[in-house]
Amino acid sequence: MLEFFPFKKTIPFMSWGKVTTAISLLTFLFSVWALWDKGLNLGVDFTGGTLIEVSYDQPANMPEIRGALEKTGLPEISVQNFGTSHDVLIRLPVKHDANAAETSNIVMSALQTADSTVELKRVDFVGPQVGKELYDSGALALLVVAFGIMAYLAIRFEWRFAVAGMLANMHDIVIILGVFAFFQWEFTLTVLAGVLAVLGYSVNESVVVFDRIRENIRKMRGATIPHIIDDAITRTMSRTIITHGSTQIMVLSMLFFGGEALHNFALALTIGIMFGIYSSVLVASPLLLMFGVKREHFIKPVEKKEEAVV
Amino acid sequence: MNRFPLWKNIVIGITLVVAFLYALPNFFGEVPAVQVSPIRTTEKVDTALLGQVESLLKAANVAYSGVQLSGNSIKARLASTDLQIQAKDVLQKGLGERYTVALNLLPASPAWLSAINAMPMYLGLDLRGGVHFLLEVDMKAALEKAAIRYQNDFRAELRSAKIRYGRISREGDAVSVHFATRDQRDAAINKLGTAFTDLAYTAEDQAEAFTLTARLKPEAEKQVQEFALQQNITTLRNRVNELGVAEPVIQQQGASRVVVQLPGVQDTAKAKDILGRTATLEIRMVDELADPLALAQGQAPFGTDIVPTREGTLIAVKKDVVLTGDSITNATPGFDNATGQAAVHINLDGSGARIFKDVTRENVNKRMAILLIEKGRVEAITAPVIREEIGGGRVQVTGMESAQEASDVALLLRAGALAAPMQIVEERTVGPSMGAENIEKGFHSNLWGFLAVTLLMTIYYRVFGLFSSIALAINGFFLIALLSMIQATLTLPGMAAIALTLGMAIDANVLINERIREELRSGATPQAAIHAGYERAWATILDSNLTTLIAGIALFWLGSGPVRGFAVVLCLGILTSMFSAVTVSRAMVNLTYGRQTRLAKVSI
Repeated sequence: MLEFFPFKKTIPFMSWGKVTTAISLLTFLFSVWALWDKGLNLGVDFTGGTLIEVSYDQPANMPEIRGALEKTGLPEISVQNFGTSHDVLIRLPVKHDANAAETSNIVMSALQTADSTVELKRVDFVGPQVGKELYDSGALALLVVAFGIMAYLAIRFEWRFAVAGMLANMHDIVIILGVFAFFQWEFTLTVLAGVLAVLGYSVNESVVVFDRIRENIRKMRGATIPHIIDDAITRTMSRTIITHGSTQIMVLSMLFFGGEALHNFALALTIGIMFGIYSSVLVASPLLLMFGVKREHFIKPVEKKEEAVV
Repeated sequence: MNRFPLWKNIVIGITLVVAFLYALPNFFGEVPAVQVSPIRTTEKVDTALLGQVESLLKAANVAYSGVQLSGNSIKARLASTDLQIQAKDVLQKGLGERYTVALNLLPASPAWLSAINAMPMYLGLDLRGGVHFLLEVDMKAALEKAAIRYQNDFRAELRSAKIRYGRISREGDAVSVHFATRDQRDAAINKLGTAFTDLAYTAEDQAEAFTLTARLKPEAEKQVQEFALQQNITTLRNRVNELGVAEPVIQQQGASRVVVQLPGVQDTAKAKDILGRTATLEIRMVDELADPLALAQGQAPFGTDIVPTREGTLIAVKKDVVLTGDSITNATPGFDNATGQAAVHINLDGSGARIFKDVTRENVNKRMAILLIEKGRVEAITAPVIREEIGGGRVQVTGMESAQEASDVALLLRAGALAAPMQIVEERTVGPSMGAENIEKGFHSNLWGFLAVTLLMTIYYRVFGLFSSIALAINGFFLIALLSMIQATLTLPGMAAIALTLGMAIDANVLINERIREELRSGATPQAAIHAGYERAWATILDSNLTTLIAGIALFWLGSGPVRGFAVVLCLGILTSMFSAVTVSRAMVNLTYGRQTRLAKVSI
């Protein structure tokens, strides 16, 4: 039997509570600072605007492209290489007039005049209204998922588990967003989908640990709650590593082979998986302790009939 | 205890065969084809046309590998893209303007698979290239247009009822009529109230003037908006037909939006131009008495609008619309017989022809302006002097700059008028090479990820790991088969979701394998350990999958476009994985170990 984690003894995770809480708090505060100070680098999906990706047969001549675009008179055009030196990404801010959709045509014809070998790869134009709607429905989706999962956990387990699980996972989400803000990676619709998938996925990790805790509470009659939790985490450790390892392999495969389109999506998932493990083990469970989970929450005590006091 | 009853094994076997068959078409790829469909959706294609297509291709020596009639179009398969373009030209020339010939791709899977309805997944625009537009209908304009119509109708109604009225004016979507006496006003309200029941009337007494103001009732307003949307969708469909796109999608989204997807369209600028154009034609009389100097200063005589002409001068046209583009039944580009100028020949419908005849008779030697209204810009294409009464509903309009413009204007007029202007509020264009690249990237992400997971699982859990990996592969087949059966649209985020579900689906098997190991460690016999492992892991698997399912459903509900595709795959993947990871892998374990009553050791 090949075992990476032949833990014979229960690891005292709960006694590290102070250290892990400090780490969580620091990363969390750092993320909040990054979000507050730098903000998310929202893609055109959310801000509205035009994004044009073109490619050339030979390495793109950036000054020439910039010059050609300046002649169009369109304001605030940003031009940058994208992936390889042959690919160029052009961004334009949102315009509040009726012909905003024409922008990409103007840009393309200017580029074609300058160099006829230019090939259009992709255009994303999002009007300001649509961008705002996508932003709102994205935020709503995040809330709905969070509360849906919390409700499920509350029904299936107990409210303390639900709150602990949810806090741990919101902590993951804030950290993903914080890292995206800090590095100013572009936050697009696909990344949002990834973040929401992480929310579902990382709760799943908490569920597995919670499941064990519940089982242990019923089985290990003499043990203290911290010991029960330590035992649950230790016993699921091997599964945690293998499962997340497999998912991470798929995600890495997307990161390496998926190209630019899936790059940030894979990044969001990578951070999500890493912090998902950490938070389920070392955030959700200490929170559970803090909320004062007790044996009685799962085992109905033998009802004592109170005698009337005269 | 680790043996499935025979029926269970048979059911699993059948599901596997079905899944394999329905997933199969996706691996054959596609062949180039051309698609012939009639421009007018009311026209049907038949076997006669099929024969014509075949003989045209034969006559031009274009080798094809099968012609079929499906739906309301004829599709011919070609060996290469060069032949495809050749075939398109041959057919378009041979069949004339009544049919559009579009380039298309058809599944290359063998006929017996198509016969059992096993079709490949539909590829999204990001995988095959094409344009996606979201258009928003300007509902305010739709209501104003309705008000303009009522303005004209009021005039006719009051005139025929012999009620004297003063000025009829319009502000936004409200029409006001002024009267000299209260009696006239009240009589008018009575008369109009019975004639136009969709309107709500309010009376107002001002010094020296009595007015009534009419406005659409809320339910009628809603109806006008719905009609505008439907009319615009129909118009878009006609215009897309003119463009010659193989499998366009034109759908309502929400109360005021339309989604248009044009797979494989290369010339996006042209497509945008034709779709986004809100060209409507209006015929109005010119106010000859207007002072050109006053016009230049922006002072329009009462009841007129100032409109620029092609020559750069300004003219005043009466606000009353003689005819709109709605009355046009056909428009063809051509040339003026006398001058050789580019022209558009317009045919009018019955009532349009009648009105046109009356107006031209009453206004001989006066000027009539033909206005093209495009994106809110009004321009007089031409303002000829009426020489004589024009009957028969055939009108020739000159004043176009070139033959190309004449044919564009004709196309726009023929494709019908939009009930209200539309604006593109979202565009997603993916070039054809990008689509192919995306497929390759998505496929490689899945392939290499899967192989690496298989390696890890087999090294770590040995035989059970191998079973888990086979179950994972089967899960992939289930997922692809299911997506193909419901004819889902596969997108790049969808492919990412397949990779992600495969990565997450292995969790169920890891949970099971770990449980079995634990049972073995605590001294259970192999058979008992297998049994207990599967039993105990089930509750956990269910819990953990359901949380992900909640996220998937919320994504589907609130997401749009690519996010939706991601959500569909995620949800279906969770469902199939529960079956494959628990039941299919168990069947493999049972078949391998279940029969050995004295099993001493399992490879895990």
